[in-house]
Amino acid sequence: MLFNSLPFVCFLAATLILYYLVPKKTQWILLLAASYVFYWIADWRYLIFIGVTTVSVWLLALKIESINKEQTDYIKQNKASMSKEDRQAYKGRMKAKRWKYLLICLIFNLGILSVTKYTNFVINNINSFLSEAKALRMVDIIVPMGISLYTIQSLSYVIDVYRGKQEAQHNLFKFALFVSFFPQLVQGPISRYGDLAPTLLGEHDFDRKTVSYGLMRVLWGYFKKVVIADRIITGVTTLITGGEYTGIYVFVAMLFYAFELYCDFTGGIDITIGIAEAMGIKVAENFNLPYLSKNIKEYWKRWHITMGTWFTDYIFYPISVCRPMLKLTKWSKNHLPRAVARRLPVYLSSFVVWLATGVWHGAAWNFIVWGLMNFVVIMISQELEPLYSRFHKRFNVKGKAPYEAFQIIRTILLMSMIRMFDCYRNVPLTFKMVGSMFTSFNVGRLFDGSLLSIGLSASDYAVLFVGFAVVLTVSLLKRKHGEVRDLFYNKPYFAFYNVMAVLLVVILVFGAYGTGYDATQFIYNQF
Amino acid sequence: MEELLEILTDMHPDVDFTTATNLVDDRILDSLDIVSLITEIDDQFDVVIPPEEIIPENFNSAEALFELITRLEEE
Repeated sequence: MLFNSLPFVCFLAATLILYYLVPKKTQWILLLAASYVFYWIADWRYLIFIGVTTVSVWLLALKIESINKEQTDYIKQNKASMSKEDRQAYKGRMKAKRWKYLLICLIFNLGILSVTKYTNFVINNINSFLSEAKALRMVDIIVPMGISLYTIQSLSYVIDVYRGKQEAQHNLFKFALFVSFFPQLVQGPISRYGDLAPTLLGEHDFDRKTVSYGLMRVLWGYFKKVVIADRIITGVTTLITGGEYTGIYVFVAMLFYAFELYCDFTGGIDITIGIAEAMGIKVAENFNLPYLSKNIKEYWKRWHITMGTWFTDYIFYPISVCRPMLKLTKWSKNHLPRAVARRLPVYLSSFVVWLATGVWHGAAWNFIVWGLMNFVVIMISQELEPLYSRFHKRFNVKGKAPYEAFQIIRTILLMSMIRMFDCYRNVPLTFKMVGSMFTSFNVGRLFDGSLLSIGLSASDYAVLFVGFAVVLTVSLLKRKHGEVRDLFYNKPYFAFYNVMAVLLVVILVFGAYGTGYDATQFIYNQF
Repeated sequence: MEELLEILTDMHPDVDFTTATNLVDDRILDSLDIVSLITEIDDQFDVVIPPEEIIPENFNSAEALFELITRLEEE
């Protein structure tokens, strides 16, 4: 049941109506039931996987919390008789005890994720070293929808409990809702328990403005997905299939894919956040105008924000400041140049983070290379920063509109180029095709009518052009005014509802449904 | 405190760390600085800042960071 399918729209409408009809105390129970029905419709076997993750994380978090509590109580009772050393030694023993349970939780759940998602990738790589006769057979294994997302979301909860930053949820069913909340189950955002739970489990009265704002955002998401992403995908698929479209067409594919992915992913997230908002639930923002970033570091702070912060908080910092890394840094300070020693922990941790980001995106080499390419580019930019700084001072260009425009376009092009690994899904082919952009200057082919033979008609281009103008305008308005919906809501109230009605008509009329329309998968659903 | 100010000034000579209160929020300190800072603090104060303490509130000013170091020393 995809977001952009009619059954989902009916399911959503029914859930929303029931949500405000049932007693407020039971709203979260309705959401849990709806989430499990949503998952059950996708495949009943998925319920086993999400159930096992939910119960295991819930139980182990409770155990870890009980050790935390035991420690606090013991220190409180024996404060007077304990020396600082005794206290530290006791804390160390308790920490080791907590760590044991956390480790069990991590190994068990990451184990499920690895087996379901990466077994065939490993077999495939082993087979490349074996003769055909000795090749291992691929296994027929199901990959539960959203397993990467709900696994790391659940793990962030248990790690926070381990760190003493989060109280454990004692009600299994309330925790189950946090793991399975249906709007964000398939493509995120990756929520933190402390951020999501208060509104997710809270009681909400019907409020016209809240529901209207939520539904407006849902419609905006559908507009980006159905009118733009589902339309441009035809052209992108043609351009990247078969290796026929080289040179300038790789550049076109690069821009088209950048636009498609943006509208697909941000559209999906708008639908998620909008649904939650219509129920009074606050889900973390996942994007902040990423295509207006002036450099790659900024881009990664604005694109898929919840994934970035997850990797920073739970992989980057723990690796950077762990004891072995601190020892390595100390050693390198004495044996290596100061500049190298200073960078070593950050570069090593960043390498691991980007490798993990690549692996997390998919069980394929193209994703791993994509992750590492990001690492290389970010590190190069980091090293060039003093040079940029001197350049900005020397030519006084920082903050000037033309230079900012240059920086934004440069960032879009660079990120779009790296993303071609994701697009072609084949590492050597990506290098070959991207290389052809610089060697084959067949710009003339853009004007020989070929653009109309990639599955997009003149009217498709017209819709895409207007769609692009609308998305750009809304982005710029957001940058200038913040919340764009306020601009309409503060006018006579019918203006807001007129915009909603227009959006709905545009989605129905200009949505790329085609003959025998079959809802197109969201790109990020595969995670 | 002076030792800490010295470490910070060494990283960013152009910043007045006695008055700055939004070091992380204003992006004066990035992840490279924070990790370098933690290794320096481990070196000079023999205090290891655990990952759960790496939050903007603890790194937004020299004072907040010093309070964190003092608290961790006492623990």
